[in-house]
This record gives sequence, C-alpha cells and structure tokens, in this order.
Amino acid sequence: MNGGHDLGGKQGLGPIKPEPEAQEPVFHEEWERRVFALTMAAGMLGRWNIDQSRHARERQHPADYLNNSYYENWLAGVEKLLAETGLLDADANNHDLRIPNPADADKILASGGPTTMDSHKPPAFRIGDSVRLKKIHTAAHTRAPSYAQGSIGAVVTHHGCHVFPDSNAQGNHLGEHLYSVRFSAQELWGRDAENFDVLIDLWEPYLQALDET
Amino acid sequence: MPHDHSHTAAPSDLELRVKALESLLVEKGLVNPHTLNSIIDTYENKVGPRNGARVIAKAWTDPQFKTALLNDATAAVSSLGYTGRQGEHLQVVENGDEVHNLIVCTLCSCYPWTMLGLPPVWYKSAPYRSRAVSEPRSVLREFGTELNAGITIRVWDSTSEQRYLVLPIRPAGTESWSEQQLRQLVSRNAMIGVEKAKNPRVAENIPP
Repeated sequence: MNGGHDLGGKQGLGPIKPEPEAQEPVFHEEWERRVFALTMAAGMLGRWNIDQSRHARERQHPADYLNNSYYENWLAGVEKLLAETGLLDADANNHDLRIPNPADADKILASGGPTTMDSHKPPAFRIGDSVRLKKIHTAAHTRAPSYAQGSIGAVVTHHGCHVFPDSNAQGNHLGEHLYSVRFSAQELWGRDAENFDVLIDLWEPYLQALDET
Repeated sequence: MPHDHSHTAAPSDLELRVKALESLLVEKGLVNPHTLNSIIDTYENKVGPRNGARVIAKAWTDPQFKTALLNDATAAVSSLGYTGRQGEHLQVVENGDEVHNLIVCTLCSCYPWTMLGLPPVWYKSAPYRSRAVSEPRSVLREFGTELNAGITIRVWDSTSEQRYLVLPIRPAGTESWSEQQLRQLVSRNAMIGVEKAKNPRVAENIPP
C-alpha cells in the first residue's frame, strides 16, 4: 500500500533539522525505551513476522502516520498486532508460547534472522538487464516504493533468493529472487532533476523485462 | 525509573498508554520485565556506531580486510564478532573520488543495527526519507556536506533486508595514524553518507 509511510519524493515535508550527532541520545523519552523493548519482546513470541509488523504500522490514516512520532507509530503497530492476534483476549490460549528471558533475548538479537531461502527456479534477470518496476497499486503490503513504479532501471546485483515481503505479510513464507536495480534521477524525476542514481532492492515479481509488454 | 519531565507534571496520555500496555503484557505473562530492560540495555549501551567505526578504521588500515569487507561484508564483520538483528545481510559501499554513497529507507527505517545501533530521529523522519531519493545534494548541504559537481551520488533505498554501510574516504594527513586513532574520525553520519569522515585537523581530543 502507498500510505503515509511511502515517502520517497513527497514534497512539502520541510527541512530535516538533524540533532548534532554527539548530543543525540538513543532514546529521548522513557516511554520510547518501553515501546521499543515491548515491540521487540512481543515480536519474539513468534506470532507475527517483520513484514506483518511493518504492515501494521503502515495501516494507519496517512495523516496519523505523519503526525505521529516514530515510536508512536511503533506503539500503534504493536497494539494492532496484539489485538489482531488475540494474544490479550481473556480466553486466549497462550500456553504454547515460550517467553524469552534476558539470555534468550540476547541470543535472538545476536543471531538475527537471515531472509535467504533456497531457490527453486533460476533467476529471470541478469546483471545489466533493463527492467521496469511494475505498477503495483495494492492495498496490501509491498516493498515496491511508489516513486519508482513504472520507471526503467538496470539490474546491478543479484542477491539470491530472499523472503518475499508481499507474501510474508500475508503469512506465506515464500522466497523470490532479489536484485539491486539502479534508476537514474532523470528517469525517476524528469529532466530537471539533480544528477544522481538511486539503487533499490526489488524482488523478481515486481520487475518486468523490457521486451515483455 | 529515570524522569525526562518535571516531577510535578502529570504523565501524558501517551505515557499512560504505554504503561498500561506494559502492565497488561507483564500481568498476562507474555513478556518478562527483565527481558525488556535487557533489550534496552543492549541497544542503549552495547550496540552502536563504535562497532561500525572499528570496521571502517580496520578497512582503512588492513587491505585484506577491506577486500573481504567489500566482497562479503556480512562474513567480514562477523569475523569481528558483529552479528545479529538488522545486520543479517550487510553490504558495504565505498566512497571514492568519483562516487559518493548515501543510505536511506524511504518506506520505514531500515538501518544496519549491528554496525550503527538504532537510527537517529532524523534518519526516520519524513523529510529525510522523502528527500534523500529526490534531492540528495540539497539533503547533503543541510548536513554541511558539499560535493564537487562531477561526483556521482548513489542513493541506496533499503527496501529489502539488505543493510548498507558507507565506507568513507580516509582523510588525507592520517597516513601515520593507528587503527585506534582512526576510529575517532569515523562518525555515524559518515557511515550513513550524509557527511565525510572527520577532518583530522579539526577533530578534537585526538593525539597526533
């Protein structure tokens, strides 16, 4: 979906106003610490994956998403996931859940969760191929940013087969080939754009070979 | 509990909402309160930009490590003990005389946690996420970074679980510097690509 989160190229959002690096704390408020830790700990219960988590934050009115601070969006996301999975319901059966203690959590954080998967088909594109990012106007979760949809770029890297977020957000753990695709600023923004390239990681189902129609 | 606000101020609705959620999750046995504190401690005190600075300074002084880092950054940093969440698939992109790299996540806040810790507020903000891919030179100027007109800017939009880290140019005049000393020139912002590595002549508290 192209909600309030799909920000590439949006205008009128003002200056960045970065806080000086040496003065910026990791968290600015105690409640931010708690929201961060609650989101991470609740995620470790294994009832949702990272794409479902991202989609929960995205599924807000764009005005709310943009007005909220970062951790307010995280809070909205984890509240939604807890409600939708029924984990807090009075009659919830949570006996099968393993609640991580600090050592378990350390281990989970230090090992991470690689998203590479075995591939069951050869990659459709090769380095140097010209591809078009398809128009993907879906209300569901996607990682195809709207600013580059319809634009033509060149494949620069094949990263192998990775979990496909569009299906993972629906609970289907499927792999698709992943590529870095380079787009020129002129292709994305027109002839008056600054001179630069944007590289975007895109999965094979998002891409169309240029000789296809 | 540390207080960021005045002791006489009533807690905000937001603070109450977070407290209510935490109490409910703890009461239902769904989270262990010690685990919450341990997660906070990890990202507030243990994982941060000093990890990335060590990797960059090593790449500046150890050509074999640099080659390994550019070929397979995940394996190279894992050899130094850096593994984990939001660093599972790492790619290092090198700045040079003709190329300057800049990292963004337009769709959320993807960031190489194992190297840099949690992202700063500006990295997650709407203005940075919107403008980095449409007017990067203007963004860089806002950070005080001017690039020659001939330099190609590559903006990496982190839409997948690939995480990107910029290898900045080693500052001139640091030929005799040790890896330890060089680490102090590697700012977090340089590893995101909004700044260059610190100028050794203006960097403070660094022995010559």
